[in-house]
Amino acid sequence: MNTAPSARTSPAAATTVAAMAAGRRRSPLALALGLGGLALLLALLGLAAGAQGWSLAWGDEADLITAIRAPRTLGALLAGALLGLSGAIAQGLFRNPLADPYLLGSAAGAGLGVVLVLAARGLLGASLGLAASGLLLRLGLVGAAFAGALFGMALTLVLARGAGRPMVLLLAGVVVGVLLTALSDLVILLSPEALRGKQVFLLGSTSFFGWPSVVALAAVLALALPLAVKLSRTLDALVLGEASAASLGLPLPRLRLALVALMALATGTAVAQAGLVAFVGLVAPPLGRRRGVARHGALLALSALAGGALLLAADIAARTVIAPQELPVGVLTAVFGGGYLLWLLRQRMGR
Amino acid sequence: MAGTASLLQAEALCLRLGGRRVVNAVSLALHGGEWAVLVGPNGAGKSTLLQLLAGLREADSGTVDLAGRRLSHWPARERAQRLAWLSQQGEADGDIAAHDVVRLGRLPRHGLFGAPDADDEVAVAAAMAETACSEFAERRLNELSGGERQRVLLARALAVGSPVLLLDEPTTHLDAPHQRALLRSLAARARRGAAVLSVLHDVTLALAADRVLVMDQGRLVADGAPADATLRAALVTVFGASFSVECVSSPAGPRWVALPAL
Repeated sequence: MNTAPSARTSPAAATTVAAMAAGRRRSPLALALGLGGLALLLALLGLAAGAQGWSLAWGDEADLITAIRAPRTLGALLAGALLGLSGAIAQGLFRNPLADPYLLGSAAGAGLGVVLVLAARGLLGASLGLAASGLLLRLGLVGAAFAGALFGMALTLVLARGAGRPMVLLLAGVVVGVLLTALSDLVILLSPEALRGKQVFLLGSTSFFGWPSVVALAAVLALALPLAVKLSRTLDALVLGEASAASLGLPLPRLRLALVALMALATGTAVAQAGLVAFVGLVAPPLGRRRGVARHGALLALSALAGGALLLAADIAARTVIAPQELPVGVLTAVFGGGYLLWLLRQRMGR
Repeated sequence: MAGTASLLQAEALCLRLGGRRVVNAVSLALHGGEWAVLVGPNGAGKSTLLQLLAGLREADSGTVDLAGRRLSHWPARERAQRLAWLSQQGEADGDIAAHDVVRLGRLPRHGLFGAPDADDEVAVAAAMAETACSEFAERRLNELSGGERQRVLLARALAVGSPVLLLDEPTTHLDAPHQRALLRSLAARARRGAAVLSVLHDVTLALAADRVLVMDQGRLVADGAPADATLRAALVTVFGASFSVECVSSPAGPRWVALPAL
C-alpha cells in the first residue's frame, strides 16, 4: 500500500542526483532551482504521507493536513535548513569538511538541559495533573534544549577566550562536550526516569512540530540566513589562511564571534524543536560544494536548502517505512550521514 | 630612492619566540619607487620580520610606521588598502575559484558589505593578466598545480593596488618564464612609485633588485645595492660561502650572479 509510492520516489531522487553529478559545474542558480524543486516535491509528499498510507484528498482529511502534516512538513524543512546553514558556517569557519555545528558544546548543552528538566519533572510530576505536566514538559524541554545549546556554546567561547583561534575553539568544544555529558550522566544516575525521555529527545524527532514551532524556526531562519550571507566573504577570505584574511583588513575575531553566534542561534533553535538530529549539518554543505559552488554566500543558502530537503526526506521516510509506526528521524539521518561519511572516506582513500 | 619620505619604517624591532630572538633590533626604511629583497639562510627571521612589518604579529618592542603613522593606529581596512602581504604558500587551500581568490584582493576597497564595482573588476582582470592566470580563472584553487596556484595568490596580492607590497617567497613553484615575468612586474610597480619588499631564496634573482637586505639570526647584517662590495661579502658570509658572487657582462650591462661553490 504505502511501499509502492515510496519506491517510486527513490528512483526520482536518484535521477536528480545523477543529473547533478553529470553536470560537474552548475551555476548556483541552477542548483538552487533543482533543490527548490526537490523540496517542493518533498513538501507535497510530506502533506500526503500519513499513518494510513498516502492521500491528498482535500475533504475529510483537510483538518488532518492543516493541523498535523503541514506544520510537520514545514517544520522539518525549516529545522533542516537551520542545521544545513549551521553546518556550512562551521565548515567554512574551521576550514574542515568534517566540522559540525554540534562540535562546539551545543549538543552536550542541549542534552544537559533536557535531562535537568526531565529530572525536575520526576521530582515535581506527582503534584501536577498529567495533561498539564505534558504540555509544561514539552515547553520546558524546548526551552531547556535551546538554553542548554546556547549555554554549551557560550561556555566553549569563554574557555577559548573568544573565537580568535580556531584550534583552541575546537578543543574547548571537546572539553565542554565531555564535561556536560558527564554532568548529564550524573543527573541520570540520580534520576533514572530521565534516561528514556532524554533518549527520545536526543535521537531527534520531527513528530512534535506544531505551528508555534514552525513560526519559531521560520523567524530564526529569516534572521540568521541573510546575516550569515552578509558575513560570508569572511569565510571566503579564510580560505587564504588566517594571516592573509587578517591582512585584508578583516576584524577576524569579531567576525568569527558573530558567525559562531549565528551558528549557535540556528543550531539551538533547531535542536530545541527537533532534538539532536544527526549529520544534517555535516552532509548538507558538501552537496553544494561538490557541485562547484565555492563562494560562501551561495554555499550558505544552498546548504540551507539542501539541509531542509534532506531532513524532510528523512521525515517522510520515518513516517512511512514502518507505518503506522514511526522511526525517530535522527536514526534515518544518521544512516544517511554514516553512508555519506563512508563514501567520503572511500573517495579520499582512492586518491 | 626618489628622496621621498619612507612609506614603511621600522625602528628597533624585537621579537622573541620560544626564548629565541627571532627578530633582533631590526631597523629599516622602505621608500616609494624601491624594489628591495630580503635574503638570508633558513631560520634567519625573514618571514617573521615581514609579518611584523605587515602588522600581522606584534613585536615585543620597537615600532613600525606606515606612511608616517603608527601601523597599529591605522584602521584595519585603511591599512589593508595601503599594504598588501603575500604569505608563503601552503596555507591557502580550498575549492574557491581562482577568480574569486583574486577578487578578495579588492575586499579592502569595497569592504565586507560592499560589492566590487567596475574599477575593482578592471583591477582584478589586470592583476590576473599580469601573472598569467586568466586562462584558469574559473578553476578551483585546490585543482591547480603549485605554480598556477602561486600565480593566483600573487594576483590576489597585486590586485590590492597598494603602495606597499610585502611578499614572502613570491617565486615559489614558479618556472623560469613566470619568475622573470614576476620580477619584471614587481620592478615595474616600483618604478610607478610602490615600495616592494620581497623575501627571495634565489640569490641570483635577488641580486637583480635595486636593494638587498641581508638577514642572519634575527639581525639585519647588511643593506645595500648589489654593486656594493661589502654587501656582496656579507651575503657570501651568511650563507657559509656556499656560493661566490661573480660579475658577468650582459647586453643590459654588468650583472651579479651567485655561482655555487663545489
